[in-house]
Amino acid sequence: MKIAVCIKRVPDTATRLNFAADGTSIDQSEVQWIISPYDEFAIEEGLRLKEKAGEGTVTVITCGPASATKELRQALGMGADDAVHIQTEDDLDPVQIARCLSQILESRGDDLILFGRQSVDAQGSQVGALVASQLGRPFANSIASLEVDGATVRIERDVDGGRETLEGSLPVVLGADKSLNEPRYPKLKDIMKAKKKPIETVEAQPGERAFETSAITPPPPRPEGRIVGEGPEAVEELIRLLREESKVI
Amino acid sequence: MNIVVWIESKAGEIKSPAIEALGVARKLADSTSGEVTGVVCDGAGTAIPDQIMTAGAHHIVTRTRDDWDTCGNDTIAREIMGVCESRNAQMVVCAATSAGKEVLSLVAGGMGIPVAADCVDVSVNDGTVEFERPIYAGKAHLRQKVHSDRVALSIRPNYGEKLTVDAAACQEEAGAAEKGWNRTAFEQGSTGQVELTEAEIIVSGGRGLKEPENFKLLEELAEVLGAAVGASRAVVDLGWRPHSDQVGQTGKTVSPKLYVAVGISGAIQHLAGMSSSRTIVAINKDAAAPIFGVATYGIVGDLFEVVPKLQSDLKAVLQ
Repeated sequence: MKIAVCIKRVPDTATRLNFAADGTSIDQSEVQWIISPYDEFAIEEGLRLKEKAGEGTVTVITCGPASATKELRQALGMGADDAVHIQTEDDLDPVQIARCLSQILESRGDDLILFGRQSVDAQGSQVGALVASQLGRPFANSIASLEVDGATVRIERDVDGGRETLEGSLPVVLGADKSLNEPRYPKLKDIMKAKKKPIETVEAQPGERAFETSAITPPPPRPEGRIVGEGPEAVEELIRLLREESKVI
Repeated sequence: MNIVVWIESKAGEIKSPAIEALGVARKLADSTSGEVTGVVCDGAGTAIPDQIMTAGAHHIVTRTRDDWDTCGNDTIAREIMGVCESRNAQMVVCAATSAGKEVLSLVAGGMGIPVAADCVDVSVNDGTVEFERPIYAGKAHLRQKVHSDRVALSIRPNYGEKLTVDAAACQEEAGAAEKGWNRTAFEQGSTGQVELTEAEIIVSGGRGLKEPENFKLLEELAEVLGAAVGASRAVVDLGWRPHSDQVGQTGKTVSPKLYVAVGISGAIQHLAGMSSSRTIVAINKDAAAPIFGVATYGIVGDLFEVVPKLQSDLKAVLQ
């Protein structure tokens, strides 16, 4: 089975954001980059499928700056066979990223293309769907389980307080949710091995931007809150405030 | 500007965030002398509630098919694309629920137009669409202008506007789009609760609850409030609650009218996921917990004393 996993590097979720002076970007000088957490579930799932099938390849693909090689090496350390790095120093919009990925994926003929359900920075949960549409393949996001039996794909996912099962046929494009698996930590030996694995570098052809950023700002400040009181004695006043001041109940 | 809105429904019931999406669409259509067409993907004869009829659509089209139960979101997307084509839509809108975001991305991909998820503000100035959406789970807000004559936008629940206008004209059209997925089963969970991202009220618990069984306290409180139950990453990682309940940057970003955080200290990634809630109540025994920094109202105290009293007092007041 030929599997492609598309990953994105994002600022560590524990970092505080510094807003750049231009008002339209994030100051990246002190950012710690990580593989977007949902993408790790996608990598792990690709590896497990390959291991279960006993054959096949897992290729990780990213679209990002030269320094994103670090995240590709990390995925290779987890066990991916090779990588494609679509390089650009520009901050591309999701439509451009999808276009760049589709250009590479179109000619590869993967049986399965995996994404994380969303990146934890832009949170658009759309690049996977856009790529699937461009390639003319079915897409399903936020999958909680995956079974491949010959050409049949069976997935489950949590929707509307229940669990839905979908069946389709390869090739498909899927977005991984957290409950899919537990990603492995690369062992030192595998990290060393990953240094010798091939990374193909291609220049991004992103085309026109669909969106032009006019501002990136901190969220509107929350109105000042207050401590209503201590212990169960404060409950009465809390209920009064919720009903009369906030009017939310 | 002609706008097509997906009116999300499930098993014949229309979801309430669609009301706000229709309201946003109507205001944009009015400011650009266009019309709003709502699309319902459901069986023939599906009743459209009055609230939806008057929420902003000029027309409501129900794409009917007998096999909706076994269709995935890809089929819904194709049916919507069919309506977009016949109505010459320049904008496609829906509520940013998990299904909404998936459907809209598929519609946008199929139509070859850009899409922006989770918008909290949309305007059209001199024909240019501009939107604002939270990024980094709300640690920042992004404003962008659209360089395209067509665009798809999903509206974050609880951020739209509820309007009451003249009732829409309704019609049914037989759907015929192909199916990429076959939906073979749907198992209702034990909670049967509304999706966190769509809930108007959320009661959320963290490690302060000490034992997974103690979530029962929150479930009882939630029942009185008609709320959904959420959880912090810490307790999801401990396996106390399913991941679908997790609120935060690596879980769900929520913006309910009321968010009640119980025994949650307020890690930065949790705060990011809920601090756009309109009113936040924090109950925690540690007065220095970061959650009090975003709380509208805080109670410092033992949750095992505070929550039962809150539950019984609310029950007396609300029922």
